[in-house]
Amino acid sequence: MSSKDRILARIRRAASGPADTEIPRDYLRVHGARTPAERADLLAAHLTEYRAKVHRTDEDGLPLLLARLLTGSRTVLAPPGLPPYWLSAADATRVHDRAASTPAELDAVDSVVTGCALAIAETGTIVLDGSPDQGRRRITLIPDHHICVVRVPEQVVDSVPEALERLDPTRPLTWISGPSATSDIELDRVEGVHGPRTLEIVLLDTDAQWGPCLPMSP
Amino acid sequence: MTAVHLGMPAFPASPAFPAFPDAAREAVRDDVLRANLRHATHTIRDKRARAVGELADWDRLRAAGKAVKDHTLAHLDRYLLMLEASVTAAGGTVHWAADADEANRIVTDLVLATGEREVVKVKSMATQEIGLNEALEAAGIAAYETDLAELIVQLGHDRPSHILVPAIHRNRAEIREIFTREMGSWGRPAPADLDDSPAALAEAARLHLREKFLRAKVAVSGANFMVAETGTMVVLESEGNGRMCLTLPETLISVVGIEKVVPTFRDLEVFLQTLPRSSTAERMNPYTTMWTGPGPSKGADGDGPSAFHLVLLDNGRTDTLADATGRQALRCIRCSACLNVCPVYERAGGHAYGSVYPGPIGAILSPQLRGTGSPIDATLPYASTLCGACYEVCPVAIDIPEVLLHLRERVAQGGPVTRRGIRVRLRPAHGHTAERAAMRAARRLLDHPGALRAGERLLARARRLAPRGLPGPGRAWTDTRALPAIPAESFRDWWARERGSTRERGTSPRGRGTPR
Repeated sequence: MSSKDRILARIRRAASGPADTEIPRDYLRVHGARTPAERADLLAAHLTEYRAKVHRTDEDGLPLLLARLLTGSRTVLAPPGLPPYWLSAADATRVHDRAASTPAELDAVDSVVTGCALAIAETGTIVLDGSPDQGRRRITLIPDHHICVVRVPEQVVDSVPEALERLDPTRPLTWISGPSATSDIELDRVEGVHGPRTLEIVLLDTDAQWGPCLPMSP
Repeated sequence: MTAVHLGMPAFPASPAFPAFPDAAREAVRDDVLRANLRHATHTIRDKRARAVGELADWDRLRAAGKAVKDHTLAHLDRYLLMLEASVTAAGGTVHWAADADEANRIVTDLVLATGEREVVKVKSMATQEIGLNEALEAAGIAAYETDLAELIVQLGHDRPSHILVPAIHRNRAEIREIFTREMGSWGRPAPADLDDSPAALAEAARLHLREKFLRAKVAVSGANFMVAETGTMVVLESEGNGRMCLTLPETLISVVGIEKVVPTFRDLEVFLQTLPRSSTAERMNPYTTMWTGPGPSKGADGDGPSAFHLVLLDNGRTDTLADATGRQALRCIRCSACLNVCPVYERAGGHAYGSVYPGPIGAILSPQLRGTGSPIDATLPYASTLCGACYEVCPVAIDIPEVLLHLRERVAQGGPVTRRGIRVRLRPAHGHTAERAAMRAARRLLDHPGALRAGERLLARARRLAPRGLPGPGRAWTDTRALPAIPAESFRDWWARERGSTRERGTSPRGRGTPR
């Protein structure tokens, strides 16, 4: 008898317990009603609370903003599907995301710029799914500086249930809520143990009637 | 109703894992440990209360989480087979391990087959439970823990003491000492001028471990959840060491308890809301990684490992499942909220529990996974004041006090249990013989009112001679409790004198003053 058969037989003998339970799904889909602007504000507030740096701009302002955020970076890693104009004003040497790149090569890169699959306002989370504008999982892991661009409003959802509905489980998914952190030493929070120490989120306004560069809410 | 003995059984301590009361007695004398624990547990519990308070539907999420787990456990065979099919379809390989030895053998063989002699590990309670690091070491394979706290524990030749923050019993000065002394013999040494600020210590760990991440070819992980319908594995973490292990190596081996499966991808919407808030008291932990098989193109594009092995671990879980009351412990999602509210954990610390699972959940999980045969496992169900705080905070509503009482009854009275899939009858614990004899004598006395009255009057007259503790086996009781003072007059005599006579005089008993 294989271990698989043995384990399954034990389960079948053991599980003759109480009748099946109905799973109540009466919990909330969303915690509160928000306009798209309020949703973006909440995302920014929660990301800031976890010590990510949040910036806002529109399509026209994006290349200059990215160029400013990349000041001091000699090299910048870009996934293959990143819109070329995003980095058009940046001085940093562009490094391509190649399968052949070794982890040690990636370790020498200063910054990485990606898009995202979506962002969750209630938890202050961005989700990457390996699409062409986000690249392989490791490029947002090894360099010490990650800039992630979120298209607002269409990429921002309110809640975790709304996010899971829109994600494809067969893709490799990385959920990021603030930069790498540890509280293992006397519960003092320290940013940047293994992942990027600096996480910058750019909220990119794509809705023309919404207007560019809304001021940050307090 | 079943009879329950609330006393602490008197078991001899074994040198390896002393009985809980002996280990706890040592721990509560350690002032540094108690101060560290008090600071940690109170900080996390206050933060957790705020994080949970943000969600108006917390009780409904808790009920849903409980129901998802109960449903899964009731159909565990079906969901494990579904999971195996999904993982296999996504290009992974599934292995089944009935016990710790088999799991260790499978992992060791898989590592040896790669030709590597080093693995990096992301914190995994299942691999600690089975002693994987020791098994790998015996086969000449070095396993490096990469979670900062696990690194502190490993370098300190220590044992973890908390589910979430395993090195919570160490303060910064101790950690600096460990890093300075030990890092050099494992790899990159600590900087010569290392100070004991958390930032400097974290930086030393970053440099030390990055060397290992960048060259590691094999990683071993656990998982928080496995999705049956899609074959998706889920790991929640904070530091990025998890992402390093799950992304960079060529071969990934995940050792996961069979109870970690959930039916659908949608079910994650419950646990991704309740686990981080219960655990680290955050709205969301910094990193969550989900992967399905070795990647969309089987790793050919270099995104993630090219080989993925899932080792499904039983190791006492099906025996736990066979216990209708105790099986609820398998709902546990390892958040550690119950540790942080437990008055016993706060004083005794995690080591006293003699298990990778400390605190209230450990007190019910370990004796079920391992059986109640050893001194430590027989005393764990008594490592509680039954205050119920653990049940209140549990995000999957495990009624820990109920299971504690159930296990106490089993230890004291024996009864049917399942061990390695076979139903056996457990004998009553030896330490309880005297207690049972005392109960029998008490029953006889209570059945004979005349004898009881005579005994009570005799006791009252001899009350000045009463000792402060009991002799013989009764000492186990009075070592931790004061023996109640014997009153000058028994209640029955008082009642006969006061109330018995008032009724005869025809006045209302309510009109009288309170008894002296």
